[in-house]
Amino acid sequence: MSAIPVVSEVPIDTDHRPTPVSSAPIPEAARPPLALWVEGLSVTFDGFKALTDITLTLEKGELRCLIGPNGAGKTTLMDCITGKTRPTEGAVYLENRLTDLTKLSECRIAQLGIGRKFQRPTVFQGHTVYENCELALKGNKGVFHTLFARLKPADRTRIDEILELIGLKDHAKRQAGLLAHGQKQWLEIGMLLAQSPTVLLIDEPIAGMTHAETERTAELLRGLAGAHTVVVVEHDMEFVRSIARRVTVLHQGKVLAEGPMAQIQKDPRVVEVYLGE
Amino acid sequence: MERLRQMQSPRAWMMLGAAALIIGVFVPLVAPEYMVPLLGKFLCFGIAALAMDLVWGYAGILSLGHALFFALGGYGMGMYLMRVMAGEGVYRSNLPDFMVFLDWKRLPWYWHGFQSFPFAMVMSLAAPGLLALVFGYFMFRSRIRGVYLSIVTQALTYAATLFFFQNAAGFGGNNGLTDFKRILGASLHDPGTRKALYVASAIALFGTYLVCRFVVTSRLGRVVTAVRDAELKSRFCGYESTHFKLFIWTLSAMLCALAGALYVPQVGIINPSEMQPSNSIEMAIWVAVGGRGTLGGAVLGAWLVNGGKSWLTAALPSAWLYVLGALFVSVTLFLPDGLVGLGAKLTARIRSKLGTRADSPGSGPQTDSKPGPTTTPILSTPVGGVPPIHPAPPPS
Repeated sequence: MSAIPVVSEVPIDTDHRPTPVSSAPIPEAARPPLALWVEGLSVTFDGFKALTDITLTLEKGELRCLIGPNGAGKTTLMDCITGKTRPTEGAVYLENRLTDLTKLSECRIAQLGIGRKFQRPTVFQGHTVYENCELALKGNKGVFHTLFARLKPADRTRIDEILELIGLKDHAKRQAGLLAHGQKQWLEIGMLLAQSPTVLLIDEPIAGMTHAETERTAELLRGLAGAHTVVVVEHDMEFVRSIARRVTVLHQGKVLAEGPMAQIQKDPRVVEVYLGE
Repeated sequence: MERLRQMQSPRAWMMLGAAALIIGVFVPLVAPEYMVPLLGKFLCFGIAALAMDLVWGYAGILSLGHALFFALGGYGMGMYLMRVMAGEGVYRSNLPDFMVFLDWKRLPWYWHGFQSFPFAMVMSLAAPGLLALVFGYFMFRSRIRGVYLSIVTQALTYAATLFFFQNAAGFGGNNGLTDFKRILGASLHDPGTRKALYVASAIALFGTYLVCRFVVTSRLGRVVTAVRDAELKSRFCGYESTHFKLFIWTLSAMLCALAGALYVPQVGIINPSEMQPSNSIEMAIWVAVGGRGTLGGAVLGAWLVNGGKSWLTAALPSAWLYVLGALFVSVTLFLPDGLVGLGAKLTARIRSKLGTRADSPGSGPQTDSKPGPTTTPILSTPVGGVPPIHPAPPPS
């Protein structure tokens, strides 16, 4: 397998952190700038507390794994960050921007640079692989712009690059709905890359993948970290061990533990609720 | 140039040109006089079918409100035709006959300006467009889709029908607007005027086809289909799906209104029965028969179904509704891609029998605008598919 090229450079801005609403501990200034800041997030569905006071910071270029047993709130947290679910309380800030993402629509959040891959591979079934990438491509996504939009040479190069990377170059003209499961997973990751987001949220990327595909995915994700901030939700502990530097453990809607994988594995509370199963 | 090739293959352009010559030039030269208004009517139905296909085939929105937009366009034209013959009605009054009959003394405010043809034409398109825009905004913002959308649009149409039936509404009530005399100074009974109207309809039909083809082969068209297939995903790709649906819905409503405006002078009457929900359902049947998401198929479907209707309602009037119902059920069950889909399947089979490689007709990467998952049956889930709708209820 070829080395994973760095797909796009994220300019590292000077650090303008949002002032937190509560008096949560502010990370020391010596740390790298933040990519995402989740502040006291709570979600209640009809009295059921799906998330309780989640505070989470992601550094730029970090690769973070989010683990936790079923119902821990991992997907709900992703939903809140991407605007699919409105939190009852709390806020989410992106980079140095002072806007609270929880007030914006899904598409606005996507335009600001948060990309998401769903648990089940979701691609545009009726379109070709190439068109799927075209639609995902970063750019003006307004109605009247898209009516007259044409692919620029730079766009074509970029799509070709991505198709090469995800190994679907020979399938460019195939209908996405006809792809194999693993290929759809890859296409979705490719579409994410086309969006060139600063933060990638990836929900169970290796579900249904073969061993070889899993390894290649791990390689890809490691390659993406650095230029992008990557959050991976995954159940497969083997996989998490192979990619994670820092791990956050969610349990019953709360952050149970956070730290390097080695430390997390030794944490007796984590062992009790999750790893020891 | 390249954009033209993206819109359709050179062969399709040639076929389109040939069709334009035959329909626009040859037919009006040879068709018997009494046939011209009937054929012109068919052309208008073709435009309406294109509008329906745009919104249903490509955006997955099964609107049952299109008869309303069609009729509103017709009313706009009807109001012009009524105003332009002021003083020549039965009562020799400056007001339309039905207003004299109702003993109205003054023209209602919304009738002002309709004596001007350009104004009336703008209103014929703008009023239905505005209605579609406002109604669609609330409908799409509330994320109403699938069966629910069909029901809501049908309710809108029904409410409008009831409103237009009232004499107090000021649109001629039950009888609607009729007894027209002249359009742009030319007598409507003159064969030359009829031919001119026919040719105008033909131009409008081909223009509408080109607009629709341009839209569905643009990136916007691909976004709209993406929204149909996976709306949430399209939003996570940064597209405000509501705006895209609203655009295609409003455009479709206005094209349908154009069809209605051309229809009225050729049939000589517009009344609320034109906007009955069953008319919307008939439009859906045209598109289903021809093939959703093909544009050309929709026009073909409209002509075939209406041809069958004209013939059967003369030969065996009581059977028509049963035939229409049976047609819809059988197309739904056996021909989810309509006649165009059947044709494509047959050609593919013959080609493979002959041993030739089935080459794709398109050339560029984006020429293939074949819609969505071809496996989607007509009766499927609300997302992208089409909710089960019972065929036309008997008219009351």
